[in-house]
Amino acid sequence: MTGINILGGQAVLPGIAKAEAAHIHIENGKIASVGKAAPIAEQLDASGLIVAPGIIDLGVFKTDKPAFRFGGITRAALMPDQSPVHDDPATVRYAALKGKPDLWVHPLAAATQGLDGLHMAEIALMKEASAVGVATGRSWIADSGIMLRIMRYCAALDLPVIVHSEDAGLAGKAVATNGETATLLGLSSASPATETLAIARDLILAEESGAHVHFRQVTTARGLDLIREGKSRGLRISCGITPGHLFLSDNAIFDFRTFARLSPPLRDEANRMSCIAAVADGTIDVISSGHDPRGPEDKRLPFSEAAPGMAGAETLLALSLNLVREGTISTGRLFELLATNPARILGLNAGRIAEGCEADVILIDPDAPWQVDGDKMAALAGNTPFDRLPVQGRVRHMLKGGKVIPA
Amino acid sequence: MTWTKNIAADRFPAGSDAFPHRHLLGIAGLQKWEILYILKEAEHWVALNRSGPAKHDDRLSGMTIINAFFENSTRTLLSFEIAGKRLGADVVNMHAAQSSVKKGETLIDTAMTLNAMRADAIVIRHASSGAVQLISSKVDCPVLNAGDGSHEHPTQALLDALTIMRRKGDVEGQTVVICGDVLHSRVARSNIFCLKSLGADVRVVAPPALMPHGIEAFGAKSYSDFDTALNGADVVMMLRLQNERMQGDFIPSPREYYHLYGLDERRLALAKPDALVMHPGPMNRGVEIASNIADHVERSAITEQVEMGVAVRMACLDILTRKARSVEGWA
Repeated sequence: MTGINILGGQAVLPGIAKAEAAHIHIENGKIASVGKAAPIAEQLDASGLIVAPGIIDLGVFKTDKPAFRFGGITRAALMPDQSPVHDDPATVRYAALKGKPDLWVHPLAAATQGLDGLHMAEIALMKEASAVGVATGRSWIADSGIMLRIMRYCAALDLPVIVHSEDAGLAGKAVATNGETATLLGLSSASPATETLAIARDLILAEESGAHVHFRQVTTARGLDLIREGKSRGLRISCGITPGHLFLSDNAIFDFRTFARLSPPLRDEANRMSCIAAVADGTIDVISSGHDPRGPEDKRLPFSEAAPGMAGAETLLALSLNLVREGTISTGRLFELLATNPARILGLNAGRIAEGCEADVILIDPDAPWQVDGDKMAALAGNTPFDRLPVQGRVRHMLKGGKVIPA
Repeated sequence: MTWTKNIAADRFPAGSDAFPHRHLLGIAGLQKWEILYILKEAEHWVALNRSGPAKHDDRLSGMTIINAFFENSTRTLLSFEIAGKRLGADVVNMHAAQSSVKKGETLIDTAMTLNAMRADAIVIRHASSGAVQLISSKVDCPVLNAGDGSHEHPTQALLDALTIMRRKGDVEGQTVVICGDVLHSRVARSNIFCLKSLGADVRVVAPPALMPHGIEAFGAKSYSDFDTALNGADVVMMLRLQNERMQGDFIPSPREYYHLYGLDERRLALAKPDALVMHPGPMNRGVEIASNIADHVERSAITEQVEMGVAVRMACLDILTRKARSVEGWA
């Protein structure tokens, strides 16, 4: 394989807040050097663009290549909630191959058979079949005994356990968070304590088992306090969030807007502000899309009957760039959240612009304006609660393993 | 004396400005004068309905009204059917049990089907909050919400307001106690919005598990003790408690519920001496209300509520079809 030079861009380099001018030299699918060009023929002009590690989207529900290409996502960790469920090695191996050649798909193994929450799945065999983590899927495992045994098993196998944090008993049939909007609309709702309770238990089990536990979405002030406290005690934990919970509060469900029905449900403005603060102070490690494209058959229904989830892959980068524009975090920090940290959690040699790293690189025009349009999205479905929102930031080029991926 | 004597003829905007909505989906979106306009119009129909055997008006002649009930109902369905027929419309009832909904057809497809049959108004009841609004966005004719999930039941609130108006002379300044399963009750929500809009003092009473979060934001005061809430009440509105909620999930038993929240003679004595007792029906005698209270001729307005229901629904059907009928000022 021949090499390629990315010339004249502003590179996002490990540990450095602001992107800085640097040529990048790629050879044999890896980043060969940072700082100087090599004497080779192929060049990619990056002037005026930011050169960043490709986004590693931790926890998507569909392999949606056009949406991932648009969004600058070079790697997707695929949730086990598939049909069939990722609960045996063959299914996992198949899922991993599905992205080739344009996309890395890293399957997450179901923690329990058929995601039933009761019987452990063949986690070690799935690891050998390329699973990079174990996940509880869309739901919480109610049985604390099973959860502890899964965590111990995963600790021994050195696999992260990716959990959904909603106590099923407290949540009941809730489709919204307690508050004025839910009461006005007559929607069944639950307290944010559904999340706090689930996180509290899993923190105790993480401590007991020594497992690395990743809380895929933490969306409440009290949940984030627990994570902070757990980290300060030295637990091997990490947590994430999606732009939905960072930029929308529960009044987005007004008028029964099913595109704003998410799992966990949107929270009130005070909790949302706590999430922004937790991104700023480093409590939150990962921003992911939660990409879950859903067509009219799932969304054009009465609110309670509609499926939760949003198509988020295309808007992940542009919305997250708002955090930089608003001064919440630096560009360098943003790509830790979008790429470096997910790679670290999943044990991937990627997510950084550094020598020896897999050459998954995106070239971004951070100011390019565009408008989110659910009708024209590249995704399998256009269920975005950000429809019609003007945003900034477009991916101009994408490289996966050193190879340019056409738009 | 009827309360409408207090309302001057020029109190309402002219023509369709008096009620500038295509559908009746809920009370929450209505102005005070829009509510009063419907109530004033309903007064005509009360008079007509009491006028003897020839209680008929043919203004909706030739129009088709579909009552699409995706959830079982007897009295609301009957009330809408009678209202439509008294106005001369052809009324067709669609019951979910017999419909293709059971065969897996989506709600939108059902709505498109009803629309293609060129209904002039569709009355909908559905078990899901927001379902009626969803249908209304897909059809060309006016849609009337006959109850959607735990969201709204606007004609119930309107008929309750009309009943209070006629019995008490006004809603403004009345202390109204609403007691029961407020959490799951669309009747409670619509009544809170309607009564607050008309200037009543609204108290809601429910066991803790059946009180919605943040109800105070809508101007209602919440109580868990029924006796305290009854002090000084002008109107006591009891809500139906569904049997499936009495088996230990929300409250321990009907007996315990009646002990804490049943309206009996002793409790009613805590309210004002002329306090009015209301219930949207169907009643669970001995669970939320004692039989002698429900049947009390001077105190109970329960049958009058049913009567007002027909009048209010006639008013709503008349108003919402005026545009299609090219009524002057409404076309």
